[in-house]
Amino acid sequence: MDLEMNLNAPHSMGTTIIGVTYNGGVVLGADSRTSTGMYVANRASDKITQLTDNVYVCRSGSAADSQIVSDYVRYFLHQHTIQLGQSATSKVAANLIRLLSYNNKNMLETGLIVGGWDKYEGGKIYAIPLGGTLIEQPFAIGGSGSSYLYGFFDQAWKEGMTKDEAEQLVVKAVSLAIARDGASGGVVRTVIINSEGVTRNFYPGDKLQLWHEELEPQNSLLDLLNSSSPEPMNI
Amino acid sequence: MYPYVTGTSVVALKYKDGILMAADMGGSYGSTLRYKSVERMKPIGKHSLLGASGEISDFQEILRYLDELILYDNMWDDGNSLGPKEVHNYLTRVMYNRRNKFNPLWNSLVLGGVKNGQKYLGTVSMIGVNFEDNHVATGFGNHLARPILRQEWHENLSFENGVRLLEKCMRVLLYRDRSAVNKLQIAKITEDGVTISQPYSLKTYWEFSAFENPAQGAIGSW
Repeated sequence: MDLEMNLNAPHSMGTTIIGVTYNGGVVLGADSRTSTGMYVANRASDKITQLTDNVYVCRSGSAADSQIVSDYVRYFLHQHTIQLGQSATSKVAANLIRLLSYNNKNMLETGLIVGGWDKYEGGKIYAIPLGGTLIEQPFAIGGSGSSYLYGFFDQAWKEGMTKDEAEQLVVKAVSLAIARDGASGGVVRTVIINSEGVTRNFYPGDKLQLWHEELEPQNSLLDLLNSSSPEPMNI
Repeated sequence: MYPYVTGTSVVALKYKDGILMAADMGGSYGSTLRYKSVERMKPIGKHSLLGASGEISDFQEILRYLDELILYDNMWDDGNSLGPKEVHNYLTRVMYNRRNKFNPLWNSLVLGGVKNGQKYLGTVSMIGVNFEDNHVATGFGNHLARPILRQEWHENLSFENGVRLLEKCMRVLLYRDRSAVNKLQIAKITEDGVTISQPYSLKTYWEFSAFENPAQGAIGSW
């Protein structure tokens, strides 16, 4: 019997990460579980990290690798902004991520989704999977939980959604992935970026919609026993 | 060293006015058909067209190298421009030298072009194997498309017949290559320049009577 949890395994964010463009900007979404082997090291992580005022990145894979890559890119973008004299574009941010991911492909294990808004191209999403390929897409999904979302997005994605439709889609998707992926869990965080600025939202695990075979959470069995008589006890 | 996001076959042939090349738009991630809008053929300078299979990030890097090569060539401003033969040779050197350092660019490349009326079609692999021919292919294309081309290719194919021949090859690849996706582009390069078609999908045929009840004669078989 496996009672030996590998508590010294590298911290990995199993993860579900999503980036979606909408009519006016982008919505980024992620779960909040960070695991070391089978143990959940952090159940409320923030995987959507700021690079500049207008560009954020969703991190998946190795926690260490994704943190160090985003730290370097934040540093480079800060200098770039000073030299350029105006906000960096999401394309530049994505290409800097690509440079690090590609040139260190043998050592890094992190998949990233860059999302931002700039005055030249509006809202854009760039996926940078393992290996360092850069691919611009209307929406992107990543992390171990994304396996369960390919079919969902093939059906549910529509061009030209509103901000609220896009955010609802992202929350629903992360929630569905959490339901099936052991490496994803906790809360759903979203970040919306558009011409007006950045909005962070938080959807706690117990406020999400229930899916197949999931039951309404109760405080105690006792409440069920006391509320309606013959019902609860079942063999 | 191993690839992550990969493209499958590229098929190309010489025809009357130049070169025709076809590739689907898939970027696979292992067995998952992850990206379905990847452009795997790109124009290089005025006279060449490069198609790639294998690791997409390495293809993107090769495009950057070629960008710089073409830029420097233009900066000479001497009226000369790199033709497909020269670009193919450059790529061969790059691929072979990386192979010697045990750090390959994980691609199989097809380089086609026309310069001064001369048609050129060549290929380079990730270990530096390179050659020219009237028709070339990468990956599964070597096994499935080349035999068709050996039978049906001839000198001075018209544009229409060339496209039909390539589509015949791409359809077989769609049926028989697990990493193929049904969204492809066909590119043409002539003396006048490069044109890459809009993405489109091929019709497939499934109505063979033998397909309807294959296990009828032997229940449990397929």
